[in-house]
Amino acid sequence: MYPSTFTYYRAGSVQEALKLLVENPDAKLLAGGHSLIPAMKLRLASPSALIDISRVPELAGIRDAGDRIVIGATTRYDDIQRSELVRQVLPILPEAIDVIGDLQVRNMGTIGGSLAHADPAADLPAVVLALGAELKAVGPDGERTIPADQFFVDLFTTALQPNEILTEISFPKPPARTGISYQKFANPASGYAVVGAAAVVTLGEDGKVAAVRVGVTGAGPYAVRRQSVEQALVGQEPTAAAIEAASQLASEGMTFNSDIFASDEYRAHLTRVFVKRALTRAVERARG
Amino acid sequence: MQITVTVNGVTYTHDVEPRLLLVHYLRDVLNLTGTHIGCDTSQCGACTVLLNGKAVKSCTIFAVQADGAEITTIEGLARDGQLHPVQEGFWEKHGLQCGYCTPGMIMTAVDFLQRNPNPTEEEIRHAIEGNLCRCTGYQNIVRAIQYAAEKMRSGS
Repeated sequence: MYPSTFTYYRAGSVQEALKLLVENPDAKLLAGGHSLIPAMKLRLASPSALIDISRVPELAGIRDAGDRIVIGATTRYDDIQRSELVRQVLPILPEAIDVIGDLQVRNMGTIGGSLAHADPAADLPAVVLALGAELKAVGPDGERTIPADQFFVDLFTTALQPNEILTEISFPKPPARTGISYQKFANPASGYAVVGAAAVVTLGEDGKVAAVRVGVTGAGPYAVRRQSVEQALVGQEPTAAAIEAASQLASEGMTFNSDIFASDEYRAHLTRVFVKRALTRAVERARG
Repeated sequence: MQITVTVNGVTYTHDVEPRLLLVHYLRDVLNLTGTHIGCDTSQCGACTVLLNGKAVKSCTIFAVQADGAEITTIEGLARDGQLHPVQEGFWEKHGLQCGYCTPGMIMTAVDFLQRNPNPTEEEIRHAIEGNLCRCTGYQNIVRAIQYAAEKMRSGS
């Protein structure tokens, strides 16, 4: 299968990419290309130009920024999985990435590409929501920081403007007594999340839940936080009964996708079940 | 656009259309037809090659993206008439029937064994999730990779 013809540009810097984006309003940014190229081959996307940002040095890499870990947007999944720093501080990332696509896809796919593409069944949106990440974007008017909570706005739609480039994702380092888990019900054919739930639980010295964040992907048109679950757990002893009761709230007020593999009702059920599993595992890990 | 790539140790320069996929460049321009096209939708892994040492699906990469890269295809694995240990494993353990998926399966296994020289069976099965075989049920493919792992560890 051949995509439609396009002009290929290779940007050497973020500024050059921004300039090319202004000059070619119909262009798409190319990083790993593992969502974009399949869509182009099926002619679901036919951009007139591609701006390859995969060789822009300042967009790739992982750095320790004191109380945060900052990952460049074009950092490949495989490089995140191999990072000793990430494994030590944010082990949830390699754990979640390990269930994305397959080995070859993880060798090419990038964290920023996945987030900017905002596939409703992608795994990382739930994880960045639960971790409370911040996403940095650069546009012609300068730089801005978008909290993960405000980043996913609809199906394949993010808060990014057409002339903006996602440059980095910044994760707060989890405090002591924090446990994190991502639990996924994968489509047996595609491997994509039918439902995926990420939970980050911080316990106080008294063993009660001091802070908790829950993100859900796959279930609806875009990944969402589940504040009602979080509010039900904060200040509580995280017993199995308390987690069960809070998880029952996970499907409230959500719009669910429905397709040949899973009805909306089934996805609602899976959401409650997988939020419970993620919370349970996160609490176990928080207790060490 | 002009690209320069090194494929199996030989450097080539060609003028290519940006939409030319790497797999078509390898097969149709360089006549290296050992790399197969299976599903053409990034699922089956028949087109897997090593791009700077890492296994990638060449149906999902434009040739222009590989500009400057070192590529290894199935044709470049054997050395001086000696099969690569993974190739030998597929031979010894009968890791194929029709053989269509085999080049991609082998290239993935080569990348995987570089990063995990002593894998469990479960780890091998996870590593080849992106390679589909419709003949064998994977049993002998797993054995072939285990054979290669052992052979490579013993350094022979």
